[in-house]
Amino acid sequence: MRFSRFMAIRDDRPAFVVVGVVAVVWLILYNNLQPIADWLTYSLLGLSPESQIGEALNFFIYDVPKLLLLLSGMIFLITLLQTFIDTEKVRVLVERRGEGIGNIMASIFGAITPFCSCSSVPLFIGFVQAGIPLGITFSFLITSPIMNEVAFVMLLGLFGWKVALLYLVSGIVIGVVSGLVLGRLKLERYVEPFVYEIRAKHAQQQALEQKLSWLERFGQAADSTREIVGKVWLFVIIGIGIGAFIHGFVPEDALTGIMGEGAWWSVPAAVLLGIPLYSNAAGVIPIISALLGKGAALGTALAFMMSVVALSLPEMIILRKVLKPRLIAIFVGVVAMSIIITGYLFNMIV
Amino acid sequence: MKAMITIKILGSGCANCKRLEQEVREAMAGTTIEHEIVKVTEYADIMTYGILSTPGLVINETVLSAGRIPKRQQIIEWAARFQSAE
Repeated sequence: MRFSRFMAIRDDRPAFVVVGVVAVVWLILYNNLQPIADWLTYSLLGLSPESQIGEALNFFIYDVPKLLLLLSGMIFLITLLQTFIDTEKVRVLVERRGEGIGNIMASIFGAITPFCSCSSVPLFIGFVQAGIPLGITFSFLITSPIMNEVAFVMLLGLFGWKVALLYLVSGIVIGVVSGLVLGRLKLERYVEPFVYEIRAKHAQQQALEQKLSWLERFGQAADSTREIVGKVWLFVIIGIGIGAFIHGFVPEDALTGIMGEGAWWSVPAAVLLGIPLYSNAAGVIPIISALLGKGAALGTALAFMMSVVALSLPEMIILRKVLKPRLIAIFVGVVAMSIIITGYLFNMIV
Repeated sequence: MKAMITIKILGSGCANCKRLEQEVREAMAGTTIEHEIVKVTEYADIMTYGILSTPGLVINETVLSAGRIPKRQQIIEWAARFQSAE
């Protein structure tokens, strides 16, 4: 016993060294991006910092590596955290709670666990099987897609930690509130009846329980990071490219009239516009960031982003397998309302 | 002569489910273990295995992984273990 513990620690040591070295290189690079970008645009290419093209290019050369570095580093940390948590554990933890605390816990776990729209049906059925109330299940199902790790990191990189934190907290609050509302509406009869008839027959999952070593956790996190960043890097670059163009060429305050705080209708309009758009947050956020610089309001922009990621058509089509159309409509309505209210709140307080 | 093992892929056809199936096929192609691969795509059937995320990997009715794609080496190890257990 003691011997194997000792072995496990020794095996992990090289992994910690590699991760440590990568972290140091990452920090040095990340902290020197502005001088590098300045040197490239103003010294090497000889552009003037006052010119539109100079400003746009400098913005681009600084932001692309910054965001890609930030994405790789943060996604690695987030996916590392995710190796400690899985939906089975979440179910056991939520099962024993009632309304309220249960909604809050489901929503928080929904924020942390990775979301894949094809897993929302098994998750829904699994929660219902365990006797977890519909409202609590919805809290999980609502927050999970809203909280997207890529979106979180992009907000962190482009707007700072306050906005990123605001996004995290409001994603959880939207899940809790929508879940509580949906729970009160007694919607069980709008769930497809087969869901209640399924019984788990093969409950032999002992083989699943394996203690992961740090080496395996780092390996899994590195794999997921490569996969996630591999999927979004191009969108990030295109998004920042468009953002850089707006930054350099579109006049200040061009959008104050249509996306500013003064235009009351812009929040619901942004949410409605976001529902049919199934885009990834990575491409949308740099554009939003640039729009904000031109007079759009933060709440409107965030509401747009949340409705893009939380209320997507493919997700609704998948949920149709377990929910009747009426319940899907109510689901979309309640979540859209929560996002709209959040958008107004942001516009008021920020 | 060792008995054949049954490998089931649980998933409704999402990208990761297809990747898991491919991993399993490639992993098993490198072995001499006699096996059949069955795809389970109906949620009503998938959920009798009590998993909460797809894709799921099942060998001889035992759930081995859910919501992730195991490494090829791991798949071969599991397959070998079930073959010798029969």
